[in-house]
Amino acid sequence: MSEWMRICPLEEIPRLGSRVVQTVKGEIALFRNGSDEVFALRDQCPHKGGPLSQGIVFERKVTCPLHGWTIQLDSGEAVEPDHGCTHRYRTRVDKGEIYLNLA
Amino acid sequence: MEKMKLVMIGNGMAGARTLEELLKLAPDLYEIEVFGAEPYANYNRILLSQVLSGEQSIGGIMLNDVEWYAGKGITLHLNRQVSAINRARRTVQTSDGKTAGYDRLIIATGSTPIVLPVPGSDLEGVVAFRSIRDVDTMLEASVKFKSAVVIGGGLLGLEAASGLLSRGMDVTVVHLAEWLMERQLDRAAAGLLQESLEAKGLKFLLGKQTVELLPAEIPPSPPLHPQGVRRGVPDASGITLSQSKGGAITVAGATISSLKKRGAIAVADATIPPLKKGGTRGDLRVGAIRFKDGETLPADLVVMAAGIRPSAALAEAAGIHCNRGIVVNDTMQTYDPRIYAVGECVSHRGVSYGLVAPLFEQAKVCANHLAQIGISRYSGSATSTKLKVTGIDLFSCGDFTGGKGAEEIVLSDPSAGVYKKLVVKEDKIVGSVLYGDTADGSWYFQLLRDGQNIRELRDRLMSGQSHLGSSGHQGRNNASSMPDDMEVCGCNGVCKGTIVKAIKEKGLFTLNDVRKHTKASASCGSCTGLVEQILASTVGGAYQPADVSRKPLCGCTDYTHEEIRKAIIERKLKSIPEAMGFFEWRNVNGCASCRPALNYYLLCAWPHDYRDDPQSRFINERAHANIQKDGTYSVIPRIHGGVTTPAQLRRIADVAEKYAIREVRCTGGQRINMLGVKKEDLPKVWSDLDMPSGFAYGKSIRTVKTCVGSEWCRFGVQDSTSLGIALEQSLDRMWAPHKVKLAVSGCPRNCAEATIKDVGIVGVESGWEIYVAGNGGIKAEVSQFLVKVKSAEEVMEYAGAFIQLYREEARYLDRTVHWVQRAGMDYVKARIVEDAAGRRALHERLTDALRDEKDPWQERVRGMEAREFVPIRLQS
Repeated sequence: MSEWMRICPLEEIPRLGSRVVQTVKGEIALFRNGSDEVFALRDQCPHKGGPLSQGIVFERKVTCPLHGWTIQLDSGEAVEPDHGCTHRYRTRVDKGEIYLNLA
Repeated sequence: MEKMKLVMIGNGMAGARTLEELLKLAPDLYEIEVFGAEPYANYNRILLSQVLSGEQSIGGIMLNDVEWYAGKGITLHLNRQVSAINRARRTVQTSDGKTAGYDRLIIATGSTPIVLPVPGSDLEGVVAFRSIRDVDTMLEASVKFKSAVVIGGGLLGLEAASGLLSRGMDVTVVHLAEWLMERQLDRAAAGLLQESLEAKGLKFLLGKQTVELLPAEIPPSPPLHPQGVRRGVPDASGITLSQSKGGAITVAGATISSLKKRGAIAVADATIPPLKKGGTRGDLRVGAIRFKDGETLPADLVVMAAGIRPSAALAEAAGIHCNRGIVVNDTMQTYDPRIYAVGECVSHRGVSYGLVAPLFEQAKVCANHLAQIGISRYSGSATSTKLKVTGIDLFSCGDFTGGKGAEEIVLSDPSAGVYKKLVVKEDKIVGSVLYGDTADGSWYFQLLRDGQNIRELRDRLMSGQSHLGSSGHQGRNNASSMPDDMEVCGCNGVCKGTIVKAIKEKGLFTLNDVRKHTKASASCGSCTGLVEQILASTVGGAYQPADVSRKPLCGCTDYTHEEIRKAIIERKLKSIPEAMGFFEWRNVNGCASCRPALNYYLLCAWPHDYRDDPQSRFINERAHANIQKDGTYSVIPRIHGGVTTPAQLRRIADVAEKYAIREVRCTGGQRINMLGVKKEDLPKVWSDLDMPSGFAYGKSIRTVKTCVGSEWCRFGVQDSTSLGIALEQSLDRMWAPHKVKLAVSGCPRNCAEATIKDVGIVGVESGWEIYVAGNGGIKAEVSQFLVKVKSAEEVMEYAGAFIQLYREEARYLDRTVHWVQRAGMDYVKARIVEDAAGRRALHERLTDALRDEKDPWQERVRGMEAREFVPIRLQS
């Protein structure tokens, strides 16, 4: 069963940046890092619900714009010493197109 | 490739920290083997005094447990003493015969307590205060015995004494010098300290030299005949008497009190023959202590806390150059290039350190070189002292005696229990002793370490930094008197108890650690002083304030803001990747701290060539609006000088209704704020407003606040409104290290509150006074007078030049006040007031930098960065 949805070409997301995708499961932040890896997280920081899509991206991390928590893009886990987790969704890039799996 | 072998001798705090730092830098470079002589893994030795007093458990002070070593793949030998280093074969050998080879060796053998060379020092019940084992011995004694004597009235001795006291023992501190902690305190402060310790129940014998420790079971002279004890036969209590041919009677199985009960008086006064060479009285327990003046004092437990010496014997035996400690260079390398040494065993530039903070600095440097990065140097540390005895507030740093040419500033209020002394030499603080009120200890220490000229601060030095202007912690500035449940950090709601608990449980030593783990002082920073005090009183001498004179840009690099700014210009670095590449950034994309800083530095250095990197800007500067807690944004258009028109107000009202703006309010900077705008709507709102951005979201020019001025006001002597508008227009769209706020008042009544702004202008009959480096926020700072000028044109030039100097020389996120505090007002005056040509050049550079900056709102209305504002909507 195919739950993969085509979202947009990779270039639609700025490198070291993100876009918000509006889905049936709410707003999802789609990140592109410096090595063109793509990650998707629920657009809510585990701390106080800040929009992670608006944070600064580096390596496989994003820093939340509200209070500076850093969240691991590949797991959704907060970086020590903070504790918390936001939902991670699977992504893949195929022929320059980004696909998202909401399952 | 096979990994290199790294062996470490000693497993204390300095050594283990070196490994931690090394593994951060080069996790896979070495195969590591560690030899520790103690049966425990790495524990926090500083907190032993709290284990003794019962405030901590042994489990609670472990820093790296055995699992940590296993998890990092380190082979850890506990309870194994290294007995020799063979430098030719590059091996170490343990006393139980094990041999290990090395490519690099770290010697971290720490120090050895000085045991007074007096007879009886090997008796049972005579201990040092150094290891968990020592504490165990003391705790055992505290249950069985009553009287304890601590030899040494220094930091360690007083902490031991206070711990034993809290365990219910009768404790006397014996000290050779005439007052306590004579190396850290002057006589007056030591007197106050002694009084309050006496009030807690400690006893003191000062100026006393110990000559002998006497065993409890001694052959008393003259021979005594305790009632009920028959020679050679143990009595009911197990005491046996025997008599030699010479007539001396030996008593076995007795204690002083049991003998005293049986009629033996003055046992402690009896002499015993000196110990024969090689003999031992190890099975006898100490019973008393004798001083040079002949006096004696009962003692069931004697704690030797008379000092430590570096443990360098092993290195010395291996032929490594030692001079009291193991001699190392600034990279922590010994005379054998394969061998490094860190910690208390080291002698660096002739100094051995006994406090943890300098040792951690050494660990960092040593790790840097072991990791083959090789750019870091240790150049010695200034140290401070803080006594960790509950309820006693004492701080000392530097040289409090001063010596020739030194002056003293003293505040003494004995009935309030407060004594403060600052020693000043050539306008610099060289030492400080604080008792009772140590709130400003870290500030003084900072000034001392930075060698900052305090001439301008002199008249308010004594009243301190934290007594003025800061808010958010109920006006408290003394952490020791705060109850545990009192809130310290008003931003993040962190109580004192939470901070203390985190420091103890997680083994934190620096302000940054505490900020990371508790968030205390991590937001606005106004409670930083309090958090530093709590840290200082919890970890004692281990505490060291962050070195602000050499501050690396962030964790991604060891280079400072200044070094990086210089290279950006000299090496013509014109992009973030180029700058990171040149300085070999540790993380390939940097982090959320360094990228915005680099972006600003590049923009400031190359105003026309540099292409701004939106992804390296904080969201507010990327979206050109302020993000709110619910993810919506606020919009504040520019209203120059606070003067608006009915047409503008009508447009704002129309926009507010059209976009159902949830709240419209006036700001403190004389403009109008529309709150609750969805990000997607921002470009449309800006388009309908048709007003320039107010930059209310940026590290940038904010506002120029004005009063009505001479145009209307019956008191006004200058046209503050016109000047304010002109100034604001000239600074439009200016980025800066932090926000920049100005104000212009038309008379000295100063209704625009110009004296708490970055640049404040006050009109007087004959011209304008210019003030700089004020601040009204986190910590109120009154601005300082820069110069008085005659015309509005001059104001524009002086103010512009000052702001450009700030833009070029301050660190990112410095407000003008922070930068001026470091650079000094004299320097600012020299550049802006005295150097006319320099001033004009600065002003021209500012004007030039701003000439092609465009209004960001209008650019985005025209479609720039459109993706930033539009979410992706799925078709299905």
